[in-house]
Formats: sequence, C-alpha cells, structure tokens
Amino acid sequence: MIKSLKARHSQLADVGYELKILSQKTPTGFEPDAFSSKLRESNLFPLQPTKIDTLQINVGKMCNQTCKHCHVDAGPDRKEIMTRETMQQCLDVIQNNSFTTVDMTGGAPEMNPNFRWFVEEIRAISKEIKIIVRCNLTIIVANPSYHDLPDFFKKHNVEVVSSLPYFSAMRTDAQRGEGVFEKSIRALKMLNDVGYGKEGTGLILDLVYNPSGAFLPGNQESLEFEFKKKLKEPFGISFNKLFAITNLPISRFLDYLISSGNYDGYMEKLIASYNPVAAEGVMCRNMISVGWDGHLYDCDFNQMLEMKVETPGQHIAQWNNNDLHRREIQVNQHCFGCTAGAGSSCGGATTS
Amino acid sequence: MKTYYNPEDLKKFGNIGEFQKKLADKFFDYYGETFKEGALTAREKSLIALAVAHTIQCPYCIDAYTVDTMEKGCDEQQMMEAVHVAAAIRSGASLVHGVQMMNKYKELSM
Ligand code: SF4
Ligand code: SF4
Repeated sequence: MIKSLKARHSQLADVGYELKILSQKTPTGFEPDAFSSKLRESNLFPLQPTKIDTLQINVGKMCNQTCKHCHVDAGPDRKEIMTRETMQQCLDVIQNNSFTTVDMTGGAPEMNPNFRWFVEEIRAISKEIKIIVRCNLTIIVANPSYHDLPDFFKKHNVEVVSSLPYFSAMRTDAQRGEGVFEKSIRALKMLNDVGYGKEGTGLILDLVYNPSGAFLPGNQESLEFEFKKKLKEPFGISFNKLFAITNLPISRFLDYLISSGNYDGYMEKLIASYNPVAAEGVMCRNMISVGWDGHLYDCDFNQMLEMKVETPGQHIAQWNNNDLHRREIQVNQHCFGCTAGAGSSCGGATTS
Repeated sequence: MKTYYNPEDLKKFGNIGEFQKKLADKFFDYYGETFKEGALTAREKSLIALAVAHTIQCPYCIDAYTVDTMEKGCDEQQMMEAVHVAAAIRSGASLVHGVQMMNKYKELSM
C-alpha cells in the first residue's frame, strides 16, 4: 500500500508549496488570479454564500485506504481525528441552526471511535435532518466490527454516498488499490441486502464516479445509465444516483498530475471548460466545512489547503451566523475543478 | 524538432474559420449536431469516431477520441475492441478482394 504524502515527506504535503504551484503561471499561460478574473467576468466576485444549509464535517484523515487521487492525503498512517469534545461543539451548532443536511466525510469516518455516538446524537436532535456518510465501502468488510455498518446506517436513516470509480476491477484498483473493487462489490451487496439502493425502501445509496486519470468526467446521466447496467448484470447490485465528480488539482491528485507530466494539460482543460452557470452553483455557497480540529472552511478542498473561512471566528466554537453569511469565499486556481463543464460538487454535477 | 503534426494544433482546429468562416461555421454546427445524443448515444458515437479515426489514421482524431471515450466512461478493453472493428473491416476489405485475384487467376489458368 502506498503511503500518504505526509508520511513520504513529500514537498506536496506542505500546503504553502501546493499553493505556490497553483499560483504559478504555467507554460500554457494562465495568470495567478485566473479564477478570480473569471468570476469577475461572470459577476460573481467576490464569491459569497447564498444560504448555509449544509454542514460538512470531516471527522478525520484516518483511512483504511490510500487512494492515489485522494485530496485529503488520507491513509492508515494519518492519526488526525476529531475528538468527542469537538463533535459536541458541532452538535451544539446543529442544535441551534436549521441545517437540512449534515454530511460526514473523512478519511473513513467510521474509523473515528466516536462515529456511531456522533450519528446517534445528530439523529436525536432531528428526525428530519439528512445525514450523509461518505463511506468508502471497503471499511464495511475491513474487519468484523464494521460488518454491521449497513444495519447501523439503516437504523438511523443515514444516506450512504460511496466512491466507485469504475465498474471494472482494473480501473478501480488502479486508483484505489489492489483488491478494492472486489471488496467494494461485497460491501455494496451487504448494503443492498438491508435495502439500500432498492426501490421503495427509502434507503439512499448513491455512488460517486471520478475519473481514474487526467481527464474530466463525461455526462453524469449517461455514466449513471452505464453504471446501473454494468453493476446490475454480473453483480446484481442496484443504487440510486451516480454523482460524477471532477478531481481537483490538490494533494495526491496534484502529485499524480505533476509526476505524470499532466499538470499543465489538465489545468488548461479545466480552465477551457469554465462554465459560468456551474460557477453560480458551486457548493461552497451553501455549506460550511468543519475540519477534524474544529476549524471552519468554505469547503473540504479549502480545508485541505488550510484556507480557513475569512471571518473573525474561525472555529466551530466561535460559530457566528451573521459573519459566515456575509463572508467572502476564499478561491484559488483549484476552484476551476468545480466550474468545469457541467460543474462538480460533493453531490455531483451542478448544472443539468 | 520540426514535424508535420503538432499536438498543439488540435486546439487550434476552430481557427480554420479565419480563412473561410461560413463553411467552417456550417461544418462545426453539423459536427456538433452529429455527436449529440440521438438514436445512437453520444457514447456509441464516440466509439465509432474512435474506430474511424484509426481507419483514417488521423493522429488528431485518435488523440481527441481517446480522451472523449475515456470521459464518456469507456474502458481500455472497449476502446481496443473498437480499434479491432476498424482493423477487421480494413483487413476484410483487402481479403475480400482476394476473390477478384482468384477469379483472374482462374481466368488465366488452364
Ligand atoms: S479517497 Fe477516500 S477512501 Fe480513498 S484514501 Fe481518500 S479518504 Fe480514503
Ligand atoms: S474549491 Fe471550494 S471554494 Fe473553490 S469553488 Fe470549489 S467549493 Fe468553492
């Protein structure tokens, strides 16, 4: 298994270095403030929130996998995880606000020892709130203590969003590691068995497709059609929706782009595919992302680049609705990943 | 190094309108329309384009439709099968002319 950039002491584990690369003029020539300029042209600069209806909580960088494209630089060697105390601060904010969605991500969120308690507490606050867990699938079969996760999710009406980059082992394993496809299929079957992804159960199982390489995702609907067909036939697996997500040029995906010589070409493609309609719908306009240590960010990507929200209080314990609604969202060249083509967010394409 | 083909030129395809705008506009309109979802899916059309690209052996088209088929979710096996379809038709076209050769042979032989 490969190691995280941090464990490898890669230069790219340093966000200052990442931001320097993202801000450099490339040989194909985009300016360091290209994204802001594009937003200005679309009358969207400075970028501001519309409403904040989603709290995305990253409960830690620990993961049982080390996918090559991971923007979190997650892995078994990462020990940064959210404490119960910080979770309690999140619960207080959830209690005092009216979010429609709490979206839990990681790493593998389930590896946080307080994960189940946290889910139960969120559900206790509200029966209606949508709780999403970004489950990497393989965790379910990783060891017996996780085998009952599908039942646990069902009991608390948690929506499951899972990554499966392709419906074949070759491409999936190339991105996510040896044997991941086979384990993911097993986990999907376990989720299907308790009713996830099945019509009429109301238990939502969505899949995330992101390209295994330096290319952009195609049309989300066609990909969904293809995935449904290919997972149904040999494997008997069903799911609800497919989200096509563009890989953003940060962390391990940035490392891949640079080492494979694809960086300039990829950036150029993202920029050439800038879509003002997608820019209007970027996900940072309706969410706040909480880091494992409780700091607040505009999105999970800015979190990984350590670009905190530009408000006087930058920690969940200092939550201030007015300030957060009035803030200016921090942008940089990585944002082109959210505005290319049909747009990209944690919920897939942002335009139809 | 000077070569006849330059990958950078693919991005300048749109510039052909500089010398003759009306025809270029008509062509790009037609091109765009052709590749839309229709009775065939955009994905199927892209695979056909990939096969044809190998028949006409246009490096620009091979480049463009490799990316396009990948984006549309085709895998390496499907893409190579498309190339084999092109190759099979090409070799079949040569071989079926073998009948002509045989006819001529028989005509001239005792
Ligand atoms: S992409 Fe997800 S599953 Fe893969 S290493 Fe990162 S957090 Fe873990
Ligand atoms: S990367 Fe984050 S801040 Fe930038 S556009 Fe995307 S969601 Fe918004």
